[in-house]
Amino acid sequence: MRFSGFGGAYEGSSFGEMLEIDHPHMRVDWSELVPRHGGQISVPHGTTVLAFKFSEGVIVAGDRLATEGYRVASRDVQKVYATDAHSMIAIAGAAGPAIEMARLMRIELEHYEKIEGEALELDGKANKLSQMVRANLPAAMQGLVVVPLFAGYDLRRRQGRIWKFDVTGGRYEEAEFECTGSGGLYARESLKKLHRNDAPKAEALETAIQALQNAADEDRGTGGIDTVRGIFPTVIYCSERGIEQAGEDEIASAFQRIVRRDRDEREGARA
Amino acid sequence: MSIPFYVSPEQVMQDKAEYARKGIGRGKSSITLEYRDGILLMAENPSSLSKIGEIYDRIAFAGVGKFSEFDQLRKVGVRYADVKGYAYSRDDVRARALANAYSQAMGDVFTRELKPLEVEVIVAEVGDPELAGHEHNTIYRIQFDGSISDHENFCVIGGLSDELGSFLQSRYQPSLPLGDAVTLGRTALERAANGRSSVPPQNLEVCLLEKARIGRKFRRLATDELNQLLAG
Repeated sequence: MRFSGFGGAYEGSSFGEMLEIDHPHMRVDWSELVPRHGGQISVPHGTTVLAFKFSEGVIVAGDRLATEGYRVASRDVQKVYATDAHSMIAIAGAAGPAIEMARLMRIELEHYEKIEGEALELDGKANKLSQMVRANLPAAMQGLVVVPLFAGYDLRRRQGRIWKFDVTGGRYEEAEFECTGSGGLYARESLKKLHRNDAPKAEALETAIQALQNAADEDRGTGGIDTVRGIFPTVIYCSERGIEQAGEDEIASAFQRIVRRDRDEREGARA
Repeated sequence: MSIPFYVSPEQVMQDKAEYARKGIGRGKSSITLEYRDGILLMAENPSSLSKIGEIYDRIAFAGVGKFSEFDQLRKVGVRYADVKGYAYSRDDVRARALANAYSQAMGDVFTRELKPLEVEVIVAEVGDPELAGHEHNTIYRIQFDGSISDHENFCVIGGLSDELGSFLQSRYQPSLPLGDAVTLGRTALERAANGRSSVPPQNLEVCLLEKARIGRKFRRLATDELNQLLAG
C-alpha cells in the first residue's frame, strides 16, 4: 500500500536500495566526481587499522591520522566505528568515501533490523559490506580506494570473526588477525609476534597499542599516541555482551606499560 | 449503464467511520505511558507478530487494529526516519513531523479510498536531557481518519481505549519506577481482557524508550525480565 506524503515505491529492507530507487539524488557516485582522464585528485587518506581475535571476541583498533600527500589532513579522524550492537567496521583509504561507507553500513544494518524485526546474521552483514565495496570499484579505479575491515561477534557460533576485503568486493575471512592501510604491514609484523587468540582483554589492548605504535614508528602516514594534544587511537572490543570502547585512561596506561617495558629491556641490554 | 443511488457525503463518512471503529474495536488495546526513566509501551499480544516497533533513536511506534495495515505504516515510518536522518542529522528526526505525516496519510486514505484504515497508531518520543529543546517526552495518537492528538502521562489506543483511559486516569502517578509502571499497565490490560482475570507475561509485548541509553534508546523486554519486574 502506498501512503501519500511518504512517497517511495521501494518495499524491501535495504536502505541503500531504497535510496537508489526512491531518492537517487542522495546517492553519491564517487566515480562521477573524479576526473576520468589523467589528473589525480588529492584527498585525505586514512592509514592504519587492525583487527584481531582475543579470548572474549574481537578487538578493532586504528590510529587517528589522515594524510594528504605528505601533509597532515587531520589529527583526530575516526576510522573505527561500531556498526551495530555486535559488529564494527574499520576503514583505510580515501577518507571521504570511506567514512561515508562506514556511515551507510551502520544505517543499512539498523534499517534492516528495524524493518525486519531482527538483525542480520554476521555473515549477512559481511556480505552486505562486500557489495558496498564492489559498488565503489569505479571510484577505486580512479584512485578513491576504500578497503575496510569488518569484525564482530557471531552470536550463533559464539565466536569473534574478522573479514578483509579487496577493491572488487572480494571477501576473505581471517582466522586470527588482519591489518590494512599504509602502516598495515608494520602492524602485521608486530601482531604476528604478539598475538594469541586466547589472550585476556588487558593483554589484547597492549598488543593492539604496540602494533599501532610499531606502524607509527615505521610509517610516516600513521599517527602515534599524541600526549601533547591528548589524542589516542580508537580501540573497540566486541564480545557476546556487545560493543565496548576502550577509555583514554585505559589506553594511556597500556601505552605507559609498553614504554616502561621497552626502556627496561634497552637498559637491561646495555648493562 | 445503471445510475448509482445518491448517498450523501455525511452518510458515506459516517459509514466509513463506523466500519473502521468496528474493525479497531475487535482488536486488543495498547498502552503507552511515561515512567521515571522513559516511556513504556505495552500491548496484550500472544502472537509473535509485533505491534510495537522501533522507528529511530528516540522514537517508537505502536499500532492496533489490522496488522497488515499498521505494520505497513510502521515500515514507511522507519524509511521516512532513516532517510531524514541520513539527509540531515540524527537529531532532526522528530516525532512531531512523523506523526503529522501519518495524520496526512491516514486522513487521505479515509477520504479517498472506499475502505478506511482499520488502525490507530501511537508515535512516542523520549526526551533527551542533554539536548536543549529536546528534553520532553511526547506521545501522539493518530486515529483511522487522520485525527491527531498529543498526550501527557499516558495514552491508550484500541478496543477499550476510553474505559482503560479513565482507569489509568484514576491510578496513574508521575515518575513511577519501571516495575510499578509495568504492573499498572498489565492491570489495565487485564481489565480489557474480557473477564479473564490474568494476562500471563508471555502474552505481553513490552518495549521501552530508555532515557539513559546512548544512541538507540528502544529496547524490547524479554519474558524473563518481565517476569522479574512483575514479581518484584
